[in-house]
Amino acid sequence: MAYKFDWSVLWRGASAEWLLSGLAVTLELSALAWILAVALGIVSGAVRTVRFRPLRAAATFYVEFFRNVPLLVWMFFWYFAVPPLLPTPVQDFLFAHSLEFWAAVCALGVYSGARFSEVLRSGIQSIPRTQFEASVASGLTTFQAYRYVILPVALRLIIPPATNESLNLLKNSSVALTISVAELTFQTRQIETYTAKAFEALTAGTLIYLVLCTSLSAMMGWVERRTAIPGLITARRRR
Amino acid sequence: MLDLDVIWRNLPFLMIQGFLGFGNFVGGTLRLAIPSIALGFVLGIFIGIGRLAPQWWIHVPATIYVEFFRGVPLVMVIFWMWFIMPIVLRTAIPEFAVALSAFVIFEAAYLGEIVRAGIQSVPRGQVEAARALGLSGSQVMRFIVLPQALKNMIPSLVTQFIVLFKDTSLASIIGFMDLTKAAQVVNNREIRPFSLYLFIAVVYWVCTYSMSRYARSLEKRLSPA
Repeated sequence: MAYKFDWSVLWRGASAEWLLSGLAVTLELSALAWILAVALGIVSGAVRTVRFRPLRAAATFYVEFFRNVPLLVWMFFWYFAVPPLLPTPVQDFLFAHSLEFWAAVCALGVYSGARFSEVLRSGIQSIPRTQFEASVASGLTTFQAYRYVILPVALRLIIPPATNESLNLLKNSSVALTISVAELTFQTRQIETYTAKAFEALTAGTLIYLVLCTSLSAMMGWVERRTAIPGLITARRRR
Repeated sequence: MLDLDVIWRNLPFLMIQGFLGFGNFVGGTLRLAIPSIALGFVLGIFIGIGRLAPQWWIHVPATIYVEFFRGVPLVMVIFWMWFIMPIVLRTAIPEFAVALSAFVIFEAAYLGEIVRAGIQSVPRGQVEAARALGLSGSQVMRFIVLPQALKNMIPSLVTQFIVLFKDTSLASIIGFMDLTKAAQVVNNREIRPFSLYLFIAVVYWVCTYSMSRYARSLEKRLSPA
């Protein structure tokens, strides 16, 4: 093969710095999007199981529309289509404060929120309806029943699928490079552009993603064991 | 805000070139999605069977394959193919081949897991009965296990096709003229991002949502009574 390997491109020049800053942006983007996604997921997932129809319909619309359209389209939508609709002062503020990053947070967060919502809904539906009825009969309001009885159990039940979704979110954050967020994949490409060493640059980026995903899933395995509900089969099952 | 005229004017380009893939450019969401799922499934069958093989030199590589591709973003795999294939094959590779191979290799990991779950859902007694009747190992797989497993896999396969269908939008980052890229091209000329991106969102949504409804009805119909 005519290709000459030169692994030193990864630590010569600015490469190492780029990779680290890319990693930092990936983590920051994923963390913010994750918070948004979990918040949206819990609210819409819980609302989809209540009896009040208009609320349920709104949540269903949110989930079905955002989940079924590619993330890339949402990236473009939040980055190109939404800012012109905002009032001018807000626009100016966003253009001065890395608009692409916040567009990516919104796109990734709202998209993943719809997916988290489905996970939580299935978690809630796996809890016997009698739990809810018993808590209402004990004098709790619907909100209190969800807040103190249903959600604490559901959130512990859904840790394995929620871990999967969180890993998807982390991997999906790479799509943000299309709106020029300088995250890990973007920086990997930048190294390739500057050094013309595709193999080395991509290996570095790929390894970082693999390490991130593996360690995150190991960490969540630990959380799962810590929060397992004693007596349930799910308590010991691993993916 | 919502400009329907711009969509109407560019509808042939968006749908025929972008969505179906006929026109002056190499492109097409469907033209990429359908061969990707078909070839990915063929590779996925080998990987799924490989993961269940008793020989360690088959199931260890198959497991590594699955775990590797499930831990890496698809964008990364597309870039791998884009940069590495021309170096390894020493010739220019068209975008379609790059995108197709990236999707096939990536999706095969997920489809392999579906195949594995499908095979594991076939009762063990079926295999034993077939062996007792004198069928060889590969015959048992071909005539007894796979046909039954396939039936159990169908709903997950449709779901995976929906995922793949959405993922094909990522082929636009290497210049493949799919629906997303077509909207981008039209937007560069017309500057109507809200209408155009909302329109393609609706197109994607109509396709994926109808497929997911279909998957749900299949699941109901095929689940053992």
